[in-house]
Amino acid sequence: MSVAPVLDIRGLSVSLPVGGDRSFAVEDVSLDVSPGEIVCVVGESGSGKSVTAHTIMGLLPRRQLAPVVGEILLNGENLLDATPERLRDLRGVGMAMIFQEPMTALNPVFPVGRQITEMLTTHTQLSGGECRRRVLALMASVQLPEPERLYRAYPHQLSGGQRQRVMIAMALALKPPLLIADEPTTALDVTTQAQILKLIRELQSRQDTGVLFITHDFGVVADIADRVVVMQHGRVVETGSTREVLSAPRHDYTRMLVSAVPSLAPRHRQPDRQAPIVLSTQELHKTYGQAGWLRRGRVVHAARDVNLEVRRGQTLGIVGESGSGKSTVARCIVRLIDPSQGKVFLGDDEIGNLPATLLRHHRKRIQIVFQDPYRSLNPRQTVGNAISEGPMNFGLSRKAAWDRAQELLRIVGLDANAVDRFPSQFSGGQRQRICIARALAMEPEVLIADEAVSALDVSVQAQVLALLDEVREHFHLAMLFITHDLRVAAQVCDHVAVMYRGEVVEYGAVREIFGAPRHDYTRTLFEAAPGRHWEFGRFDTAVN
Amino acid sequence: MSAVAGFPGRAGPALGGLLRRHPTTLLGASLLLAMVLLAVFAPWLGTGDPVMMNPINRLKTPSVEFWFGTDMYGRDVYSRVAYGARISLTVGISAAVLSISLGLLIGVMAGYFRLADAILMRVMDGLMAIPGILIAIAMVSLAGASLLTVVVAITIPEIPRVVRLVRAVVLAVREEPYVEAAIAAGTRLPKILIRHVLPNTIPPLIVQATYVCASAMITEAILSFLGAGTPPEIPSWGNMMAEGRTYFQLAPWIILFPGLFLAITVLSVNVLGDGLRDTLDPRIARRLRG
Repeated sequence: MSVAPVLDIRGLSVSLPVGGDRSFAVEDVSLDVSPGEIVCVVGESGSGKSVTAHTIMGLLPRRQLAPVVGEILLNGENLLDATPERLRDLRGVGMAMIFQEPMTALNPVFPVGRQITEMLTTHTQLSGGECRRRVLALMASVQLPEPERLYRAYPHQLSGGQRQRVMIAMALALKPPLLIADEPTTALDVTTQAQILKLIRELQSRQDTGVLFITHDFGVVADIADRVVVMQHGRVVETGSTREVLSAPRHDYTRMLVSAVPSLAPRHRQPDRQAPIVLSTQELHKTYGQAGWLRRGRVVHAARDVNLEVRRGQTLGIVGESGSGKSTVARCIVRLIDPSQGKVFLGDDEIGNLPATLLRHHRKRIQIVFQDPYRSLNPRQTVGNAISEGPMNFGLSRKAAWDRAQELLRIVGLDANAVDRFPSQFSGGQRQRICIARALAMEPEVLIADEAVSALDVSVQAQVLALLDEVREHFHLAMLFITHDLRVAAQVCDHVAVMYRGEVVEYGAVREIFGAPRHDYTRTLFEAAPGRHWEFGRFDTAVN
Repeated sequence: MSAVAGFPGRAGPALGGLLRRHPTTLLGASLLLAMVLLAVFAPWLGTGDPVMMNPINRLKTPSVEFWFGTDMYGRDVYSRVAYGARISLTVGISAAVLSISLGLLIGVMAGYFRLADAILMRVMDGLMAIPGILIAIAMVSLAGASLLTVVVAITIPEIPRVVRLVRAVVLAVREEPYVEAAIAAGTRLPKILIRHVLPNTIPPLIVQATYVCASAMITEAILSFLGAGTPPEIPSWGNMMAEGRTYFQLAPWIILFPGLFLAITVLSVNVLGDGLRDTLDPRIARRLRG
């Protein structure tokens, strides 16, 4: 502990432009990172964690966000006093950063090999041949397959995980003593995330790099962090070793955050085996890109032979990674897209092959809540209009629909006078509540939640999950819950279907699957779940 | 965050703020307003009969009696310029309204129905491949010179640009979850279009309309100058410039004033369009504010 920290932030405050909801983006933040140490900064959106990272790199839009007080010492040198030229020299050599979205962080018009080479040619005097050898060695060290071939590949030809490996290779090319990672695995699938986390750990310990790791995911924190810094509203509320913070959080906010992390152990609930089947699919099949006239055929089986059933008052979870076909199945069931083959039964009625005119009567029986709360509501429509649109389509009077909207807003925990306001006046979690109210207004038999809590902060996520559970119970809904998050699935589902490359590879009661996964892929998925070795405690909090 | 495809948000309050914050836009708007007033109130603004010939007063220089001078037939240039504003603005505004409405209709069809898309867009591609002036000249020589022919001839080449714009917005917006939620709520197609899709096209169309308007006025002048536009007896700015061409060295004011007014009108419409674009497109608005 006597080693001097590589990064030492002292009393940093960054001001927000006048008219924001607070006057500082970050206020009086102090933290340090020692060589060979991984420090996780956790917090929900708007906590100032990214602003802190960008301030260190000197990447803030200076006109809007200006550091006003404090020091950022990188090996003793104050970065806030550094000239732009000095900062430019330091980036890459003294510190490097990897970002959340590797597709946009890489230049799409240059091969990735050349982009890594640029790091070397900018900061070193190496010859061309030597550069190439170093780059290939770097690509091998981040475990990119066939470095010779990928050297010439463009970013779009790589997978998300490979792109993030390229970013890491670039960042660590010059062995900087400090690496800043801003949610580097948030956009990745869980199995890829596990690999990238492992890679960062390995390289960092080999090069003795200090890592400042920004994340919102406590599972990731449990897996990777040596120390944890918890931020809220731009302030550091708690600092400590990972064990201390996760097992005995002192600050109320931290206690609330840790408690809100869903457990991987399935909730104890005995579903009624006799409940009527409300929704079922038979050999549902969806293919894209049929070969046709003047078109080269590449047929993609987005969903294959999917057989599912959901009983009244119960929740079936579909889990899987991106591209597994879970959303395709949901969209076929709601008939936003037409299934290529197979049947969808709603009660006794087959709706998978109904023409649009006959389908319309069944529309209200099945409703969906989407992932992105910011795009799920028409920005030009008041909340009341959004909720009452559906019922009025089916003949309810405006007055009655409006009354129902107000009542539903109360049920989902919002004020009834929200009907007159526009979506822009609500937060993401509140909007998701409005979307749930809109779905309920149709008095559906089936509610589909397509990654409905994935875009929400963990504390808001817990509230919306509780709400979904409550309305399922209250309205005896059959729920189809689509998620990539095993923790969430464990908490809401009675049954789970695991999808992989368009097929259901495992299907059964949640406790059987979480207790003893049989399929290889399911096991891989569980292995990759961040923080699986850590049981997050439940703490009493004064907050809520 | 709210920057979904298209131009969300309402323009109302932003418009007032824009006029206060952007003096050039305000200048454009006032100049255009002045032109509209000139056109509307032409008979009461000290003008005489714009077509009355008076050989005694041939080629008079601008003076107190003839503000802008007279032309080779002794007609008052000021009166002709004022009445000419009517022609230019009529052509500009009708071409804008016509091409926007037709383009909107075709664009929505192309954006929403795949079969229609394939056919309509190929027709539009074909239309765009023919120079607009050529279509106009061909139409005028076939249908004869009249104000209506000129408006139609100018409108047709503008339609494909509007169609492309509308189609792009429709294609982006129809994928939005709120549109899908409306489909799942059993909302019928016409209502989905009117309530959820079309409002997104309005801001870009307002901007496009100003550009169509400006280019239509110029095209009208070009056509008239070439003798393929409004009939020569109508005092349009293009006709005046065409007739005054031979007397340019002797009496430059015959060309100067209609030319100047055309330039000012087109400039004011374009400045207004730029200003509207900057406020109505949230991405540009944010960049300018930053």
